[in-house]
Amino acid sequence: MSATLKVHVDPDKCQGHARCKALAPELFDLDEYGNAHEHGDGRVPAGLEDKAWLAKANCPEIAIDVIEE
Amino acid sequence: MSDSAHALPDSDRVLPEHPPVTDWVHDFDHTDPRWIEDPFPIWDELRATCPVVHTKRFQGCYLPTSYQAVKQIAHDTEHFSSRRIIVRDERPEIQKNAAPPITSDPPEHKSAKQLLLPPFTPDAMKKLEPRVRAICNELIDEFISDGQCDAAARYTKHVPVRTICHMLGIPEKDGDLFINWIHMILELSIKDEGMLKQAVQEMTAYFAAHIEERKQRPSDDLITTLMRAKGKDGQPLDDTHVLGSLRLLLIAGIDTTWSAIGASLWHLAKTPADRERLVSEPELMPTAVEELLRAYSPVTMAREVMKETTIAGCPVKPGNMVLLSFPAANRDPAVFPDAGKIVLDRKSNPHAAFGLGIHRCIGSNLARMEMTVALQEWLKRIPNFWLDPAGKVTWSEGTVRGPRQLPILFEKAT
Ligand code: HEM
Ligand code: SF4
Repeated sequence: MSATLKVHVDPDKCQGHARCKALAPELFDLDEYGNAHEHGDGRVPAGLEDKAWLAKANCPEIAIDVIEE
Repeated sequence: MSDSAHALPDSDRVLPEHPPVTDWVHDFDHTDPRWIEDPFPIWDELRATCPVVHTKRFQGCYLPTSYQAVKQIAHDTEHFSSRRIIVRDERPEIQKNAAPPITSDPPEHKSAKQLLLPPFTPDAMKKLEPRVRAICNELIDEFISDGQCDAAARYTKHVPVRTICHMLGIPEKDGDLFINWIHMILELSIKDEGMLKQAVQEMTAYFAAHIEERKQRPSDDLITTLMRAKGKDGQPLDDTHVLGSLRLLLIAGIDTTWSAIGASLWHLAKTPADRERLVSEPELMPTAVEELLRAYSPVTMAREVMKETTIAGCPVKPGNMVLLSFPAANRDPAVFPDAGKIVLDRKSNPHAAFGLGIHRCIGSNLARMEMTVALQEWLKRIPNFWLDPAGKVTWSEGTVRGPRQLPILFEKAT
């Protein structure tokens, strides 16, 4: 359960609903068109795991992957 | 099918009449009074029977009611075109550059959309927020001492109108003109195509004058931004493209947000437990806004079937329209447990109120900000309110559903 998480946004699926940015601003950034990409290398800092899952559960385009390393 | 009953004997086409619906599975009609008043049980019944139903009205139209079916259609731009996006009795001729990007398909869609996106990012909306907060308070000032108001006519309608005027750089008082044009385009034109033409002509003339003015004196408003934007060939947009985009932003941005704020206040007025919870736990606002958007999604778009295919196992044939019901998808219990219940802190809520796929609403960040601010300011000053039992709530028909008359009584905050 204590594995490190990484988030990844699939740019072909993301349509810029910005739900991820609202729920987990630390984990996602938006570009000038409002489309999302993971912040930095996508590694989820300890304590923010729930936010990663929450962002995934609320993305209407199923564009977010949460990977356990 | 029960269609012969309303086809005149010596007419070879169904006349634009709308007899009351008795068989929703084979003869649905989204302009039927029962649908306008309370569509939710109809959708639940249809979803349980067959996820895609058909009517011969409107010259032939399908209605998907499951999340999966709506999503599949929204993502399939090969079989389903956006060249017609409103289901009407008549099929007006297709116009080029009608209102890009909402009427565009790939490959034209992407470039038309990209030039509209930058002014609507969440960061851009943050800068606009203080003006919207002020607009809300100016509106509330006008009726707060009355202890009652028609919240649709005096509050929810004006918030998006004044906000978009402010963004476009046109006088906020011109908002009433827009409200009238939009009513003609979205509602009256379903049964009278002439209304559509008249409203579009008047809007075009209005904005043409504003474009001319900015050719002489550029400003830092959204009209000027659009005039400076470059199309995919690197050239500035021609005037018809700018005009089309302006018309679209108004048509898409006003009724929709008006409806979303109105439906939210309607829900809170009739649901004291949710109202009290939102007042005492203001930190719930973000999830509450998403939940109200899910449960009372105002916008139902349409597509035209271009090639035969199957959706959720049902054959779908060209020549028909599709009523793309994002609101029905958002009530699908397969995706949203307790779909009929409003859960202000719903955790998993991938709702489709702003569409799915490439046509995702350009104004979604603006609409969310307006809803949040309009509800916050209202609840701050009017925490205790309820529906006026002597008044009647009425709902709009057609593409956008929301309260158009919302009589409310309230206790003033001390
Ligand atoms: C709560 C308010 C709103 C709702 C529920 C809403 C809903 C929608 C939906 C469902 C679509 C998808 C249409 C489709 O799939 O064919 C859409 C598209 C669009 N909306 Fe909104 N909208 C709202 C507010 C706004 C605002 C405030 C604006 C701008 C000022 C706006 C501008 C647009 C535009 C330009 C499109 C076309 C996008 C495209 O085709 O790529 N909307 N909206
Ligand atoms: S919620 Fe999904 S679609 Fe929306 S911006 Fe984030 S990744 Fe993209």
